[in-house]
Amino acid sequence: MFGYFLRRILAAIPVMAVVALFVFLLLRLTPGDPAAIIAGDMATPEQLERIRVTLGLHQPIHVQFITWVQRLLSGDFGVSLLSNKPVTTLISQRLEPTISLALLTIFLTIIISVPMGVLAAWRHGSWIDNMVMSASVLGFSIPVFVIGYILIQIFALNLGLLPVQGFTSISKGVVPFLERAILPALTLASIYIALIARMTRAAMLDVLGEDYVRTARAKGLDEKIVLFRHALRNAAVPILTVIGTGFALMISGVVVTESVFNIPGLGRLTVDAILARDYPVIQGLILFTSGIYVLINLLIDLSYAFLDPRIRY
Amino acid sequence: MSEPIVEQSVPVLRIEDLTVETSGARPAPILNGISLEIGGGETVCLVGESGSGKSVTSLATMGLLPKSALAVCQGHVLLEGEDLLRASAARLKELRATRMSMIFQEPMTALNPVLTVGYQIEEVLQAHSNLSSLEQRQLVMEMMEHVHLPDVKRIHGSYPHQLSGGQRQRIMIAMALILRPKLLIADEPTTALDVTTQRQILKLIRELQSELGTSVLFITHDMGVVADIADRVCVMHNGRIVEEGSTNAILRTPRQDYTRDLLTAVPALTPREPRNETSREAILEIVDLVKIYSTKSLFKPRRETVAAEKVNLMLRRGRTLGIVGESGSGKSTVARCAMRLIEPTSGSIRVGGQEISNLSRSALHPYRKRIQMIFQDPNRSLNPRLTVGESITEGPVNYGLSKSDAIAKAKELLELVGLPADAIDRHPHQFSGGQRQRIAIARALAMEPDVLVADEAVSALDVSVQAQVLDLLDDLQERFKVAILFITHDLRVAAQICDDVAVMQNGRVIEYGPAERVLQYPQQEYTRELLDAAPGKGWDFPNFRPLPANTPTGSFNQ
Repeated sequence: MFGYFLRRILAAIPVMAVVALFVFLLLRLTPGDPAAIIAGDMATPEQLERIRVTLGLHQPIHVQFITWVQRLLSGDFGVSLLSNKPVTTLISQRLEPTISLALLTIFLTIIISVPMGVLAAWRHGSWIDNMVMSASVLGFSIPVFVIGYILIQIFALNLGLLPVQGFTSISKGVVPFLERAILPALTLASIYIALIARMTRAAMLDVLGEDYVRTARAKGLDEKIVLFRHALRNAAVPILTVIGTGFALMISGVVVTESVFNIPGLGRLTVDAILARDYPVIQGLILFTSGIYVLINLLIDLSYAFLDPRIRY
Repeated sequence: MSEPIVEQSVPVLRIEDLTVETSGARPAPILNGISLEIGGGETVCLVGESGSGKSVTSLATMGLLPKSALAVCQGHVLLEGEDLLRASAARLKELRATRMSMIFQEPMTALNPVLTVGYQIEEVLQAHSNLSSLEQRQLVMEMMEHVHLPDVKRIHGSYPHQLSGGQRQRIMIAMALILRPKLLIADEPTTALDVTTQRQILKLIRELQSELGTSVLFITHDMGVVADIADRVCVMHNGRIVEEGSTNAILRTPRQDYTRDLLTAVPALTPREPRNETSREAILEIVDLVKIYSTKSLFKPRRETVAAEKVNLMLRRGRTLGIVGESGSGKSTVARCAMRLIEPTSGSIRVGGQEISNLSRSALHPYRKRIQMIFQDPNRSLNPRLTVGESITEGPVNYGLSKSDAIAKAKELLELVGLPADAIDRHPHQFSGGQRQRIAIARALAMEPDVLVADEAVSALDVSVQAQVLDLLDDLQERFKVAILFITHDLRVAAQICDDVAVMQNGRVIEYGPAERVLQYPQQEYTRELLDAAPGKGWDFPNFRPLPANTPTGSFNQ
């Protein structure tokens, strides 16, 4: 088991190295003078010179790369051109809303979609199955922002139960946090619920046809135990894969939801940085989200080993 | 044969007029009113070919029929007088594992791969008893010793994939019998096991049965197993019990034609008459073949598995060489190396005198045509999306034959293997298993090969179909003078078709010679063990009599 863990962790290193190289080249390989691109059309020569010096663009490219990597390794992601604040500070300020929203979304997704999928597979072909499948088609086909505005219309405007927009940190209490986070989380979750309910159903349908499920029933076990202990655990690997990739995609895909609900998270930071051509921030965000991707995939790989003893070679 | 204990009271299991149909708009009958009875401590064999309704009978008894596909429409299933078909779901759950249990064909898939086997046995106690977890563990350990598992502590915490096939089936038996049920239903419990393991498992079932007084409903397609284990036999055909009687009566004096056919189709263990060699031409030579699988790892020492060790075999034109052995003995590895489907580690392979073990992909191309393969399971070896004609013509067209010539040839071949020429435009799912294997044979022959490699080519077929396919292979060999490399675990099949036999164990050929010598006068201990373990070896089934000068029927007196 230890060997498997170590191998997985080591395999993540080259992936991050490639991402770092790509991010570095992103600015340098854009045609024309990077400083001119950053500064925009109205820049004076002095401004251009200042940007070149700040970014070290006057040095040869390999020197630039080495300095850049050295800085990265010491945790220095550069300084925002717009606000002059360190990129790490900007990201960490915006991290909490996005991560807490993503975690809440994943939580909602799992507790809603997995039982839905299990139930649909268990009662395959019945009205429950049909309902779950129709609901998932709906979840797939309505755009995220439409669901967001519909939820706001119903729960915030018509019923007046929840605030329309904004974000409250969980450090100020769970209830105020949930009040503001539940609608965006549900909005974000809708497509994942649809996806994972379908995945769960398909994986469970396969597993329920397996001989060991028949054995479990022949032992006189409770149907609950048959479904959740025997079947779901075996169906878990593909489901978990989708949940993991879904989560990673969500971190980078919160832009729309954060705009609709006016949440000061990473998504908004990304939009602002792109509009302002704030390259150090963009680079920092790409590196950061890729890091999250790699980390989540690593966690999924490691959890396989817990779920399925055959993977612990 | 042990005397069945006749009890005065109600039989343990009594099935009356059980009728099962497929559910849906147009129900089709699967079981047509079958009736049978099992007394205390008795073993009744339900024997029949695939699709006869044996498994449906057992699943209906356990209440495990897939509801969406099959439905019981009339009859009674009485377990010690209690009607299971009218019992509530909760009551059925209670009865399972306590009064009736079931073991299945494939212990690998019947056990949950992600739970330890010890825990899977414990679950039975969790569901049906109030024992403390310590007592449960204790009882499970005892039961595991009871089924003669070695090193019980280690196995208790093992996962199914870490155990051998025989050990897994012992776990299943322990699980089924831990609460001492009255009835054990065994659905082909030894079919997926090697012969030597099969013999041990049959012996174990016998032993536990006499000790615990369990009645056994034993489902099998294998007349050899029937002869070895049954007190009474019910022969099933198309959802009916066509004949019933004591084992002796059924094997000696079968009354129904169907039973007679079944018995006549059982291949004999005595080898075929030696055939004259028609050609001295060595068509396939395997010299000092070695295949080593090694896993490389950064952190662990290199692990090597020797799948074939210095294997030497030679096959002449028009002859059949059988490679027999148990699973993992390396027989398929040798065949695959001979075809260069996998790369041998060292050694030489000569086809018609030409060394092919070191040829490049493109240089090998002309030789591929000369060795063709027939696989075990025709349901999976034929592409379901291609028509039969497309499957057969693909190879020849690839080797430059024109499409129209290839089709003409395919039609010819289809007729030769006993299928109508219009089969060419149909898809594999429209044929039965035996017909599909005929198609696979036609496909292999379309390449006009010198050597046919048949890897367990009749193992997935019913005995009657098996006999026909073996006859067909024999005819085709006469006609095309093709050499056959026949890989099988079944010594009876090997005896029927092979001129020469090589016995493999742990990657080595331990005995090699004419079939007659190897199978009649084996020199090696292992070969003798294999022959000895063949089920029903004391019977000459096609002639309805026990073999002279051999052990009496149906007992394990070794």
